[in-house]
Amino acid sequence: MSQDLLQVISESGKALKGKKPGLSADELVGMYRSMLQTRLLDERMINLQRQGRIGFYVPSTGEEAAQVGTAMAFEAQDWVYPSYRVPGLFLQRGVPIDKMVANCFGNEADLCLGRQMPVHYAFAEQHLVSISSPIGTHIIQAAGTAMAQKLKGDDGITAVMFGDGGTSSNDFHSGMNFAGVARAPCVFLCTNNQWAISVPQEKQTASETFAIKAAAYGMPGIRVDGNDVLAVYDATKKAAERARAGDGPTLLELLTYRRGPHSSSDDPTRYRGNQADSWMAKDPILRFRKYLENQDLWSEAQEAELQTELKAEINAAVKKGESAPQPSLETMFTDVFANVPPFLREQYEQLVRDEGTGHEPDPDAAFPL
Amino acid sequence: MPEITLVQAVNDALKEEMRADDDVVVLGEDVGVNGGVFRCTADLVDEFGEERVIDTPLSESGIIGAAIGMALYGLKPVPEIQFADFIWPAFDQITSEMAKMRYRSGGQFTCPMVVRTPYGGGIRGGHYHSQSPEAYFTHTSGLTVVVPSDPYDAKGLLKAAIRSPDPVIFLEPKRIYRAPKQDVPADDDYVVEIGKAAVRREGTDFTITCYGAMVEVAMKACALAAEKGWEGEVLDLRTLVPLDEQALIASVTKTGRLVTLQEAPKFSGYSSELSAIVAEKAIDVLEAPIRRVAGFDVPFPFTLEHVYMPHAERVLKAVEDVMTF
Ligand SMILES: Cc1ncc(C[n+]2csc(CCOP(=O)(O)OP(=O)(O)O)c2C)c(N)n1
Ligand SMILES: [Mg+2]
Repeated sequence: MSQDLLQVISESGKALKGKKPGLSADELVGMYRSMLQTRLLDERMINLQRQGRIGFYVPSTGEEAAQVGTAMAFEAQDWVYPSYRVPGLFLQRGVPIDKMVANCFGNEADLCLGRQMPVHYAFAEQHLVSISSPIGTHIIQAAGTAMAQKLKGDDGITAVMFGDGGTSSNDFHSGMNFAGVARAPCVFLCTNNQWAISVPQEKQTASETFAIKAAAYGMPGIRVDGNDVLAVYDATKKAAERARAGDGPTLLELLTYRRGPHSSSDDPTRYRGNQADSWMAKDPILRFRKYLENQDLWSEAQEAELQTELKAEINAAVKKGESAPQPSLETMFTDVFANVPPFLREQYEQLVRDEGTGHEPDPDAAFPL
Repeated sequence: MPEITLVQAVNDALKEEMRADDDVVVLGEDVGVNGGVFRCTADLVDEFGEERVIDTPLSESGIIGAAIGMALYGLKPVPEIQFADFIWPAFDQITSEMAKMRYRSGGQFTCPMVVRTPYGGGIRGGHYHSQSPEAYFTHTSGLTVVVPSDPYDAKGLLKAAIRSPDPVIFLEPKRIYRAPKQDVPADDDYVVEIGKAAVRREGTDFTITCYGAMVEVAMKACALAAEKGWEGEVLDLRTLVPLDEQALIASVTKTGRLVTLQEAPKFSGYSSELSAIVAEKAIDVLEAPIRRVAGFDVPFPFTLEHVYMPHAERVLKAVEDVMTF
C-alpha cells in the first residue's frame, strides 16, 4: 500500500518543517497524559485478566495516538461512536477512569450494570454511544445521528471509529453512502491496525489504501500516520471543521499497528509467528514524548511524577472496582423495556421464590476468544 | 477408536469430507492459518490450500452469499460464522435465499451447503458471544437444523450434513467444545442420520427434551430426581428440523410427563413447538401440565450469566412440579 502519509512529527520526534500543532503547551501535555494513562490502564487490565480477576480485555498497545489525537479534535456537544479498542478516546474525553474499571469488573457501579462484556462502554454524559460487539453496525448509526444533527440545525457533529476489518461490513457501505448523499456532518475514522484478528489487511481489501474508498462515496479520504498524535489531531480537526461548516463527511485512515493480541483470549503467534515486525518498534507514546522533550515541554522528572500519579489513580480505581458488589438479580429484568412487563416480573419473582438471591458464579467459566 | 473433543470431531469431519470430495470448501473469518478462533478448522489450509480454505473479508452476508453462489455452481461449501451472534447480517441470505432457492425455482436450483456456527452460553461472553438463535431458523421453511451434543454425534452429523442435498444450519454448543472426550469412529463411512433423536437415559416417570449443551444438564437433573425415586428419560433431539416426532410422542406416551429444556429465551422458543405438538397429538397421555425450562426473556447478561443459564436444580424444580401435580 502506498506510503503517502500525513505527518506532523518525524518518527524520531522532530517537528517537521512548516508544521505547527496548533495546540497550547497545556493541551499537548494533556494529550501525552491521556496516552500514557491509556498504556498503563491497558497493562493493568491485561494483568488483572491474566490473574482471573476480570473476564476479558482488549488491549490497544501502539494505537494510543489514534485514540487521543482524534478525541482532542471534537467538542463536548459532538457525538462519538467508539469501537472496543479506544480507551484513550474515553479518557481524553473526560470519562472518569473508575467508571471504565467498574465496567471491566461488571459490578453494580458499572453504568451498563454488568450486562455487557468488559470494554463495551457507554457514557451518555460524554456523548459516547454504547459499544456493540457486532462489527460495523454503528457506522450507519453515526451517519443517522449526523443526519439528525443537520436536520435539527445543531452545531454538533458526529464521529465514528472502526477498524480495517469494519470496512468490509455492509454497514460501512451504508454509512458512507448515506452520509455522502445527505452531506451529513460525520467524520469516519478507520483505525487501520493492519489486522482483523488473524486476517491481514491485504485479505480485507484489494484497494490500494482504505482512504481511497472515500472517492466512491463522494467525500475526501485522507491517509494519516496513525502513530503521530499531532498528525491525527490535525487531520481530524480539519475533517471536523469541514463537517461543522456544512461541507459534508470525510474518511480518515489512521495507519498504525496492533502490537498485542486481538484480545485477552487471542494468541497471535498462531498466525503471525514471533516475527519482529518493524512496526513493533514504532511506539507513538515514545515518539510524542521525544517531541515534547525537544520542545522543552517535558522532562525525566515530570515523566516519573506522572507515572507515579497515574499508577496510583489506576490502583485506586481497581481497588474500588473489585470491592463493589455485583449487580442485583433484579437488574437482569430491568431495561428490557421502559417498564418491566407482567410476564417478566413473574419470571423474576419465580426465580427469587425458587432459588433465593444468592447465586455463586461458576469458577470454571472463562471466555475462550 | 480415538478419544477426541467436539472441536476435534468437527475438524475430523471436515478433513474426511474434504479428502473424499474436492468440491467441499471451507470459508469464513480466521478459518485459514489461525484455524478458526475455536480451532475447528485447524490445519485445513495446510492440507487443502488457500483456494479451498478461504479467509474471507469481515462480512457474514458476504460469507453466506458467496457460499450460496458456490453451491449453486456445484461446490459444497461449509461456511463458518465465527459466533452465532454474528449471523444476522447473513439472515437475509439464509432465510430469503438459501432456504427458498429449491422451492422458488421449482427444484432447478439448489443450495447444498452447511452453515457451521458455535452458539450458546456458559463461557462468560455477554450478549454477543452467548445466544441460542435456533428458533429463528427452525421457523424458516427449507432449513434443516442440527445440534450435536457430543463428539460422536458432532462428527457423524456434520458428515451427514455435508452429504445432504439441502442446506443445513449446524449449531455447535461451544460450552462443551473441549469436554468431555469421547470415542469416535475414524472410518469414512460413519455418519449419524439426520432426523433421529437419541434416548440418553431411559426412564418411566418423566421425559426431558433437550439438545446441545443442555443434554448434560438434563442428565444431572435426572440423577438428582433419581435420589427422590423418580426415573427420568432424556431425549436428545439432535436434529431440530426435521423433528423426530415419533421419538417424542413415544417417550411422552411412556412417561406421561414432559419437561422441555433449552437455554434460549422461553417465549416463542423451539420447545414451545414441542409442547404444542404433544398437546395436539398426545394430550390424553399427559398426567401433568407440560413445564418449559428455558432462558429468561431478557438479553443474555454478562455478570449474571450463571443465574441466566438453566442448571440442574432449576430443571429438578420443574420435575418436582410435574411429578407432584
Ligand atoms: C459482525 C461480526 N463478525 C465477527 C466478529 C468477530 N470479530 C470481533 S473483532 C473482529 C476483527 C475486527 O477487526 P478490525 O475491524 O480491523 O478491528 P480491530 O480488532 O483490529 O481493532 C472480528 C472478526 C464480530 N465482532 N462481529
Ligand atoms: Mg484491525
